[in-house]
Amino acid sequence: MPESEKVPLLATRSLVKRFGSQVVLADVTLEVPRGRVLAIIGKSGTGKSVLLKCLAGVLATDGGEVLFEGRPLGAAAPDASGTDALAAFRRRCSYLFQGNALLDSLTAWENVALPLEQATLLPKAEIRLRVSEALRRLELEADATRYPSQMSGGMQKRLALARALVTRPEIVLFDEPTAGLDPLRRNAVFALIAHAQREFGFTAVVVTHDLPEALASCDHLALLDQGRIRFSGTPADFAATPDPVVASFRDSPAALARDIASLRAGAALPADLG
Amino acid sequence: MLSALGQSSLRIVSEAGDLTRFTLRGFYSAIGSRRLGRRLARSVYEQGVRCLPVILIVGIFTGLVLGLQAYHTLNRFGSSALLGPLVALTLIRELAPVLAALMLVGQAGSALTAELGIQRNSEQIDALETMGIDPFGFLVAPRLLAALIVFPIMTAFFSLVGLIGGWLSACILLPLAGNVYWASIDSAVKGADVSECLVKALVFGALAISLCCHNGFNAHRRTGATGARAVSASTTRAVVFSSIGVLAADYLITSLLV
Repeated sequence: MPESEKVPLLATRSLVKRFGSQVVLADVTLEVPRGRVLAIIGKSGTGKSVLLKCLAGVLATDGGEVLFEGRPLGAAAPDASGTDALAAFRRRCSYLFQGNALLDSLTAWENVALPLEQATLLPKAEIRLRVSEALRRLELEADATRYPSQMSGGMQKRLALARALVTRPEIVLFDEPTAGLDPLRRNAVFALIAHAQREFGFTAVVVTHDLPEALASCDHLALLDQGRIRFSGTPADFAATPDPVVASFRDSPAALARDIASLRAGAALPADLG
Repeated sequence: MLSALGQSSLRIVSEAGDLTRFTLRGFYSAIGSRRLGRRLARSVYEQGVRCLPVILIVGIFTGLVLGLQAYHTLNRFGSSALLGPLVALTLIRELAPVLAALMLVGQAGSALTAELGIQRNSEQIDALETMGIDPFGFLVAPRLLAALIVFPIMTAFFSLVGLIGGWLSACILLPLAGNVYWASIDSAVKGADVSECLVKALVFGALAISLCCHNGFNAHRRTGATGARAVSASTTRAVVFSSIGVLAADYLITSLLV
């Protein structure tokens, strides 16, 4: 293996993020292996999306660093070609926002073409080809002239996915890509991510709540708990670890069945519900 | 009290510096921004074409009232022949740039502040950044450049229909001769008056639209509110501050040029 490939594509070292007095990320150290799909799981409000935004440079960190190919990202870290490291990282990275973040004044076609038109020097014919291909893959060809507001939530999600993949990025950050989708679409999105990842070979970081789908489609899992990475490993490690927090996550479907059975038998609501 | 006064002064200076930096970055980012022409055309349409009816309506009524008031006042001194110059100079040097700017702030400025605020709230601006697109070049630059085109044109329209309003009052509803009205305007209005009007329109446009863009762009962090309330607060703030800014700038420019 070449020396450059031993270095994780993306990593964080002792990352800290605060909002006022609230510490969201206390000390996050994480490595994203090259060419793999890493799922970040955790309870709601534990800072998974914040971590992803820190990785993308959308949010400024309050401590620690984000490393891309071993080099720190940030305004004060110029890369070898003298351009800003963060700008270089963004040229090779895509981000799928939880709320899709589609530009509502642009049509589906224009939304997908936007990163190619504005951030690359590709000729128009190549842009047309790539946009058509991206829309076709996501079954949105017939909706190319519609605006995001004229589309359903699932279509908007697919459109955002098309925009994220059209630049053929080396790394894609997915912030809850299946939020608000029905189970069939959810499976389809995870299958699409896995398929696209195999086809294009990009590295993916997926923030999700969908544990079964994440276990089935991701190579690595990281559990974020109380501002720190509680667990990091393969799905097999996840299934075997005796860590009680991981176990509570892992066994949540069984726990739900138990709770429902208890409630039907007249028991009180579980104490940790609120 | 002194401490509070000092803090307020520091905040005003800091915000003025922030706004200046924002405006300069907005204009600078136009250099190298791709497909700027299409976005500029859309901004010109939104700021100009959509606001034209309001400008024309306010302009004609301003001229009508001005003609009516001035005729009766001048007639008392036997100087009704000076009505044309009075209406023209009042409109061109003062009322047209100020009132057109206030109307544009109320309609186009509030709309663009809300649009940028919603784009900030729905992470569209963050999305541009992650795609490697400069949001200043994409969102702010076309709106600022459009203001430099639209404000002078709207001011000219306002002046023109204002003059027609004055003529309607004085020559159609009242007994002043039409040729006296137009001939006196022709001889009274100088190039310097038109220049003053143009300077004001350009300054008001840049000031008002940069204030509106600044408030919308920073809706998430400047108002202490979140979500829809942040957009609402930013829009209110943008309209109020732009209106005050236009009037304050008017005084400064007038005192320099008179």
